[in-house]
Amino acid sequence: MKETVGATGLILNEPLLWEKGKKGRCGYSLPRRDVESFLLDNELTGECPDFPDLSEVDVVRHYTRLSQWNFGVDTGMYPLGSCTMKYSPKTNERQAGLSGFAGAHPLLPTGLSQGTLKMMFELERYLTEITGMDATTLQPAAGAHGELTGMLIIHAYHKNRGAQRSKILVPDTAHGTNPATATLCGYRSVQVESNENGILSAKAVADLMDEDTAGIMLTNPNTLGLFEENIREISEIVHSKGGIVYCDGANLNAVMGIVKMGKIGVDVMHLNLHKTFSTPHGGGGPGSGPVCVKKHLEQFLPVPRIVEEKGNYAFSDNYPESIGKMQAFHGNIGVMIKAYSYIISMGPKDLKMASRLAVLNANYIKESLKDTLDLAYDRPCMHECVFSDEKQKDDHVTTLDMAKRLMDYGFHPPTVYFPLVVHGAIMVEPTETESKEDIDKFIEAFKAIADEARDAPDLLHNAPGKSKVRRLDEVSAARKPCLAG
Amino acid sequence: MRYLPHTSEDIKSMLQVVGADNIDGLFSTIPDDCISKDDLQLPDALTEWELDSHMSALSDAMAVSPDYKVFMGAGSYEHYIPASASFLLGRSEFVTSYTPYQPEVSQGTLQAIYEYQTLAARLLGMEVATASHYDGATALAESLLMAVRISKKRKVAVSSLIHPLYRQVVRTYFEPTGYQVIELPYLNNGLTDFDGLDELNDLAAVAVQSPNFFGCIENLNEAEEKIRNKDALFITCFTEALSYGLLKNPGSQGADIVCGEGQSLGIPRSFGGPALGMLASRKKYMRSLPGRLVGQTKDLDGKRGFVLTLATREQHIRREKATSNICTNNSLCALAAAIYMASVGGTEIKKLAELNHDKAEYLKQELKKAGFKISFESPTFNEFVVEFPAGFDSVYDRLLEKKIVAGLPLAEYYPELTGHYLLCVTETMSKNDMDAFVREIKL
Repeated sequence: MKETVGATGLILNEPLLWEKGKKGRCGYSLPRRDVESFLLDNELTGECPDFPDLSEVDVVRHYTRLSQWNFGVDTGMYPLGSCTMKYSPKTNERQAGLSGFAGAHPLLPTGLSQGTLKMMFELERYLTEITGMDATTLQPAAGAHGELTGMLIIHAYHKNRGAQRSKILVPDTAHGTNPATATLCGYRSVQVESNENGILSAKAVADLMDEDTAGIMLTNPNTLGLFEENIREISEIVHSKGGIVYCDGANLNAVMGIVKMGKIGVDVMHLNLHKTFSTPHGGGGPGSGPVCVKKHLEQFLPVPRIVEEKGNYAFSDNYPESIGKMQAFHGNIGVMIKAYSYIISMGPKDLKMASRLAVLNANYIKESLKDTLDLAYDRPCMHECVFSDEKQKDDHVTTLDMAKRLMDYGFHPPTVYFPLVVHGAIMVEPTETESKEDIDKFIEAFKAIADEARDAPDLLHNAPGKSKVRRLDEVSAARKPCLAG
Repeated sequence: MRYLPHTSEDIKSMLQVVGADNIDGLFSTIPDDCISKDDLQLPDALTEWELDSHMSALSDAMAVSPDYKVFMGAGSYEHYIPASASFLLGRSEFVTSYTPYQPEVSQGTLQAIYEYQTLAARLLGMEVATASHYDGATALAESLLMAVRISKKRKVAVSSLIHPLYRQVVRTYFEPTGYQVIELPYLNNGLTDFDGLDELNDLAAVAVQSPNFFGCIENLNEAEEKIRNKDALFITCFTEALSYGLLKNPGSQGADIVCGEGQSLGIPRSFGGPALGMLASRKKYMRSLPGRLVGQTKDLDGKRGFVLTLATREQHIRREKATSNICTNNSLCALAAAIYMASVGGTEIKKLAELNHDKAEYLKQELKKAGFKISFESPTFNEFVVEFPAGFDSVYDRLLEKKIVAGLPLAEYYPELTGHYLLCVTETMSKNDMDAFVREIKL
């Protein structure tokens, strides 16, 4: 193995929190007591919680060491398909940390919270514009939560028309959240097969769409990184049967400023601010999943809505058809501020450029690796491309082996084994923030790994070798769960 | 643009490899009638320095401490956050990583979440806790749905002293399911009235919040007995996690599922979000839990390590048969809470909780002395309800001008409580602040 980005360094071991510390230590400056004690009835009080006592230094070393066991976008290329792991600009963190934003109580009188309300009002407008829809709610806390909001809106729409429906169409390339969300709303998912080109044909939709079907949940571009070319025709078919077209906006990063979903037949869609709009993923959240709708669905959006009058912003609950509330307060404001900062830092031209470069990067990887890895659909892709381990079959090396070996080369693996329609899928989404040099190193690494697969497959079977731990026993973790220490 | 690394030379050589003349050529699969003809109507790009002044101006238009004295809790609490906690939380290896699907390069997040699950379970007196949820309200909705799954019954009862906004979220989640949500009324002492339970049958669960929305500490032991008699699961809910530094935890009082909001544990209020939904249960219900779980295991060399586990409950494996559609936790918020709990520690968290209780009690007594009526006599933690005389609206507005927010008017949520205000005092409020507040309203 030539010298690669991946190297071993001095990684320090660190025990669990409660395996260190000593009773009587403290990592916190207890605020001054300036009032007397008022005893609370013994019946009501309990023992101290069984937390370890640690000094501030104990805590700082503990989490600094833990952080060093993690790979983040700031560490290196993180080409997780469908997750859009783009760089999260640092200035956005600064803005979200401003005391006026971070310190504000959610139920302050609106006269005292004009700054945040203005930010939210403008962000709603920007997202509405980018998607070509008519109205937006920022309340949902994550992508799947946005999906649930969208489905509840569809449910409310059909109920309002006096004829609830029982099914919803979901393509075979869909994220697992789509059918799970449909179930939460009482809809039975009906799977639509994609065609030989990896996209939906109008006929497949027409064959399944009927007046007991609430609509279709599609992702565009879809999870194979392909644009759903028949979307206009599909929308017409769904609409002609009284259905609603839902778009999962997970892959919006491919088409900002290029396609407006609201203009090509989509009625409701959710976005992921933590994907398209650069807010960090935080090791699994918090995200933010705004939902944009066309006019005929606006009345169902969650409350409170933000309204503006002569430059003054206020909340309004006066929407009797609203589905209600998706979380206690107004959504993940801290995340919204970062997305808002991103949008106004980029401006219209660079947002479009971001999509163009994301697509260029993906196509460059697709062309550069298609002789090394089997390409599931050999056609121009959007912001991600899907390979498989078909070519490595005879080497007895799997997608998982190659993914684990990539770590040794200094890269986070792509999304693997998804979408389900491609056996052994390897889904690569570089995003626009990766430079040509870094992508070249990634391509080189994959080629070297394919050579190793042929010449020294055990290197892959035993990978990763440079990480803090080696492959973990996930089977016993699930059989005999140990969820707390 | 500083986030886009491509030079025109890069673009040219990449296009050559791809075999396209220009970038537009890469979009050839998009039908022409789908391509947007107009530029996006968005403001022009700002420089980093213009952004700073734009955002500072917005931030300055917010009323926050120390400028303002905000005597308001109601599900969002001001607590001091140690600089070390904020600093650690900013470590970009934590911030810029994804859900830890690849455990070998995600042990930091995984061990931290395992530790969070453990501390959360210990705080609440339960056996297992999830890796976190969106917020307290969605954690409650998911808990109730979980109870329906476990019991296969279609009706739940919730106390009307659960946060009104949480109950709205529950109604929204339950609307399409056909499951019924019944609300239990409250008594004059500010506690839930369980008498109505006698007439209810076939209940999947009964949910009670303690301290409840009025700040009153519910008698969970008594509640448990009544709920057991109905063969329903006992769910307890909370909005102020810090209270369990002092109060008996819900697990020791018989709760089957505990859920609520962990924002108090080191997470800034941020106008209500991001927050921290906490959810814990007895071990026997582990496989019915919604959301992410981290478990301990070993690697090939027998070294301790951590992985996401019990994924067969989840949407990416089970699709339409999953226990929920949740695809993530609020990982960074759970990390914040773990760092906070580790920093404050078992000994000091009790002192901190006592300080919260005592300060709130001080204000309560001072208001009483000043002739105001405390609405409910039951013991409270750091919030309580006070009845101000008719016409207090104008005093409230005058106080706003003096940068004092005199609590939350309850009439919007409980129309029968016009003139009643929910006040909150945490460790951040000094005796001087409280004295000044009482002086102002006595005028």
